[in-house]
Amino acid sequence: MHADLMALLPEIVLALCGMVLLLLGLGTGRRQHAVLGAAAVASLAVTALALVLAAGATEASGRFFSGMFCLDHFAIFFKALFLLAATLAVLLSLHYLKDNDYRPGEYHALVLFATTGMMVMASGLNLATIYVGLELMAMSTYVLAGYFRREVKSHEAAAKYLILGALSSGILLYGLSLLYGATGTLDLAALARSLHEGKPAATAVLGMALVACGFLFKVSAVPFHVWTPDVYEGAPTPITAFLSVGPKAAAFAMFLRVFLGGFWPLGEQWQWLIGGAAALTVVWGNIAALTQDNVKRMLAYSSIAHAGYALLGLLAQSPAGVRSVLFYMLVYTVTNLGAFAFVVLLESRGYAGETIQDYAGLAGKHPVAAFGMLVFMLSLGGIPPTAGFMGKLYLFAAAVQAGYVWLVVLAVLMSAVSLYYYFRIVLQMYLRDGADAQPAALVAAPWVERVIWICAIAVLVIGLAPSPFLSAVRTTVTLLSLP
Amino acid sequence: MGFATNLLNIICYLPLLGALVIIFGLRSTQTKMIKAVATIFAGIDFLVSVPLWFLYKPNGPAFQFTYVHDWIPSVGSKYIFGVDGISVLLILLTTLLGFISIYSSFTAITHREKEYYAFLLVLQTSMLGVFMSLDFILFYVFWEVMLVPMYFLIGVWGGPRKLYAAIKFFLYTLVGSVLMLVGILALYFYNSTGLKAIGLVGLGNPATFDVTELYNIAPHIPAGLQFWIFLAFFVGFAIKVPMFPFHTWLPDAHVEAPTAGSVILAGVLLKMGTYGFIRLSLPLLPDATRKAVPWMVALALVGIIYGALVAMAQKDVKKLVAYSSVSHLGFCMLGMFALNPHGLSGSVLQMINHGLSTGGLFLLVGIIYERRHTRMISEYGGLAKVMPIYAMLFMIITMASIGLPTLNGFIGEFTILIGAFARSTLWAVLGASGIVLSASYMLWMYQRMFFGEITVEANKTLKDVSKREQWTLIPLIILCFWIGLYPKPFFRIIEPSVKRIVEVVDPSYLDRPVAQVPAPVPGTPER
Repeated sequence: MHADLMALLPEIVLALCGMVLLLLGLGTGRRQHAVLGAAAVASLAVTALALVLAAGATEASGRFFSGMFCLDHFAIFFKALFLLAATLAVLLSLHYLKDNDYRPGEYHALVLFATTGMMVMASGLNLATIYVGLELMAMSTYVLAGYFRREVKSHEAAAKYLILGALSSGILLYGLSLLYGATGTLDLAALARSLHEGKPAATAVLGMALVACGFLFKVSAVPFHVWTPDVYEGAPTPITAFLSVGPKAAAFAMFLRVFLGGFWPLGEQWQWLIGGAAALTVVWGNIAALTQDNVKRMLAYSSIAHAGYALLGLLAQSPAGVRSVLFYMLVYTVTNLGAFAFVVLLESRGYAGETIQDYAGLAGKHPVAAFGMLVFMLSLGGIPPTAGFMGKLYLFAAAVQAGYVWLVVLAVLMSAVSLYYYFRIVLQMYLRDGADAQPAALVAAPWVERVIWICAIAVLVIGLAPSPFLSAVRTTVTLLSLP
Repeated sequence: MGFATNLLNIICYLPLLGALVIIFGLRSTQTKMIKAVATIFAGIDFLVSVPLWFLYKPNGPAFQFTYVHDWIPSVGSKYIFGVDGISVLLILLTTLLGFISIYSSFTAITHREKEYYAFLLVLQTSMLGVFMSLDFILFYVFWEVMLVPMYFLIGVWGGPRKLYAAIKFFLYTLVGSVLMLVGILALYFYNSTGLKAIGLVGLGNPATFDVTELYNIAPHIPAGLQFWIFLAFFVGFAIKVPMFPFHTWLPDAHVEAPTAGSVILAGVLLKMGTYGFIRLSLPLLPDATRKAVPWMVALALVGIIYGALVAMAQKDVKKLVAYSSVSHLGFCMLGMFALNPHGLSGSVLQMINHGLSTGGLFLLVGIIYERRHTRMISEYGGLAKVMPIYAMLFMIITMASIGLPTLNGFIGEFTILIGAFARSTLWAVLGASGIVLSASYMLWMYQRMFFGEITVEANKTLKDVSKREQWTLIPLIILCFWIGLYPKPFFRIIEPSVKRIVEVVDPSYLDRPVAQVPAPVPGTPER
């Protein structure tokens, strides 16, 4: 029992912190923004400490709560990544909440609860555990998307997210019930054994396909992506930043764990499903992004396209593939959070910051921040010496090794296309002279600027010296029961 | 760590250091200081690179001044710098043109100088890195980094259609290079684990991106795989060269770029493509190279003649020079795919020549553009009367570009034609027609601009070239004469490296006694 609680320690700590934050939100007066922001960051830091403790006290191969939960390197990596994403998202929110005059208490608490859910997802060894984590994350993010209740767009985002999210959860549950009916278990290892013995039942394959649809929705892959642009556009921008990296990385953790840990005997069947979705996703995500004038929508389509690239690593069904997805999630998290941080900075500086014309001539006015944005755009486009290049290199290498050359050719061509829309922002910032841009009264948002700095440096460091980060993901795959 | 082991690192990163000094050390209002710092760094960089010429031993090991350091051990990618004769000359060309292009920009660039010189210096580092890298990933990193500063140079300081030209240049060359990356990965996996899923068994060697190690497996790569990898490399390099029909980005980029951008673009960037073929395609994929010869030569010949004909029809002198590049680079490709020592040596020398003469032409066009802000040939006429020194300099560079004996173009084109002739008379004949055409469009342009009466009032008061402008051109002219009169030291450096490539790509050619080279039937190359 003690070992079980130890493995769950980070989640317990974070959930408790969330509740304390809720209570604090009731009590504090005028200084609530500063106090609660600091409390949220402190909570995440304490959780990181708890994670270190738990990782030290727990066997990586250990199984807890009757085999429903584990704390292997894979889970530790993802949990650290979620904590990083949540911390940066909280830092992005500090000024944003204050300027827009929304209560910070529930907001920060919900971010912590969502993070708790994500952490459970990364550790689950049983479809039921994973589902519980998923729903905790989803419920919290539905509310967060609609948190700016005085904005119509925010309402719309929350409604769409809730309805389509519920639909996808339903599909997912239906798939799980079919699988349970066919195999009699929801435990991933037992599921794999059962599917491996003899020819899998048609109901099991159908169940797998439905689960795949539910997961594809969560990573916003085409054709289950329609919610993404609207939600990303309407949600408060720091939440959009969080949604685009945290829940997406959590969905990929779940995808890898379930499909490589539980469904690998059905690899023959699902590789077409996932391969087709990956191809559609990279093509449509990039093409649709070309015509977007709203930067948040453009980044939404770009995040769809990036999910398509990452699916290639899953498709490879190899240790190299898993490693490349993990590495890519890290790369994508720092890059995308940085890019959204720039959008937040513009909004908090009084720019509208959403239409692409608002970026005209920024390089002259804010050279440092604009340089950061340039780095993020290059990284998203996969141009060296940024992290994005190294991330794509590993993904594509894993996919080529697995024989998906056609898909890689498609993906590299589409990533060349993607440079067109990423460089529309660069063009506005550097090549237009901004006489038509309307700078409003500058609001100092030091934390947002710091986030841009941190992310830009991280992107360049990972791009130039990826070795330490690659060793961090190397040890993770041994515990997925790959064939 | 001695001077020799770190020489390449110093040459490569000095410009980057200069860029950092400008970005972090100077304010954008200190334009004098910015120019001085940029010039000093580029100048020292050139001086530091000169020892390569003396220290490089043509008959020594294939790659010299090597510097190896661990980079990404988990995938077998190392940080490897090293040069052979071909890259030594291209590096010298790059450092020289880099210095000249910075020195020539003082009056042409009048806004956002800080960024301009920083971008030029970053561009310099990335180009030098390409010529030095002997690891595929490192090579690719430098190869792609190059696009970003060039994009800004065209996009910020370019002509009226700069936005269009900048993004066109960027996307066009990017599409080629991403496909090249897929080819690199295929080669990498064939050397190590193979691609089991598509039935390709690998050689089982330790995974590596080291180009020189991959040279060793070149003979073992199956023909089918060679074909696909060659195709992937071809797209990347042919767009960069640019070969017909991938040349359409070039006139736009050249015309819209500022003078220094055009000089670098024509002088060095286009050589990336030809260098890529020589360094990677030929020695790594000998089988596919031999099979591709008829196609490549056909494209090269079309490029030579088409480029020349289109150049003849141009009204804009900068566009004329741009199209002449298509024609000249066609010569380089023709010589290269003759796959014999003469053709390849001529091809390498012609890369240098083209850098000198076309770089010079763009400088000259820039000089007159700064005075009159037009590049239309019809706006000029009779310039020889008001600008005699300018006319003389222009004449020398024009002659170098056409290939007049005693100047460098002649040596390069002649050597290429010898190589082509050894393969097929027809190739040589068609190639030689390109020289005739180039003489006609260049001389016709010269005649319209410099002779006759002065028809436009504004031209009567034009100032002749200043001292600084002269000094940007004099080094180029000296080199043109040097190569034209005494090319032996250049060939001495090129030939051993070229011979190594021929030994791999067409060993039978070297065994064949010269007298027995049969005159091939025109139009049907023997391979």
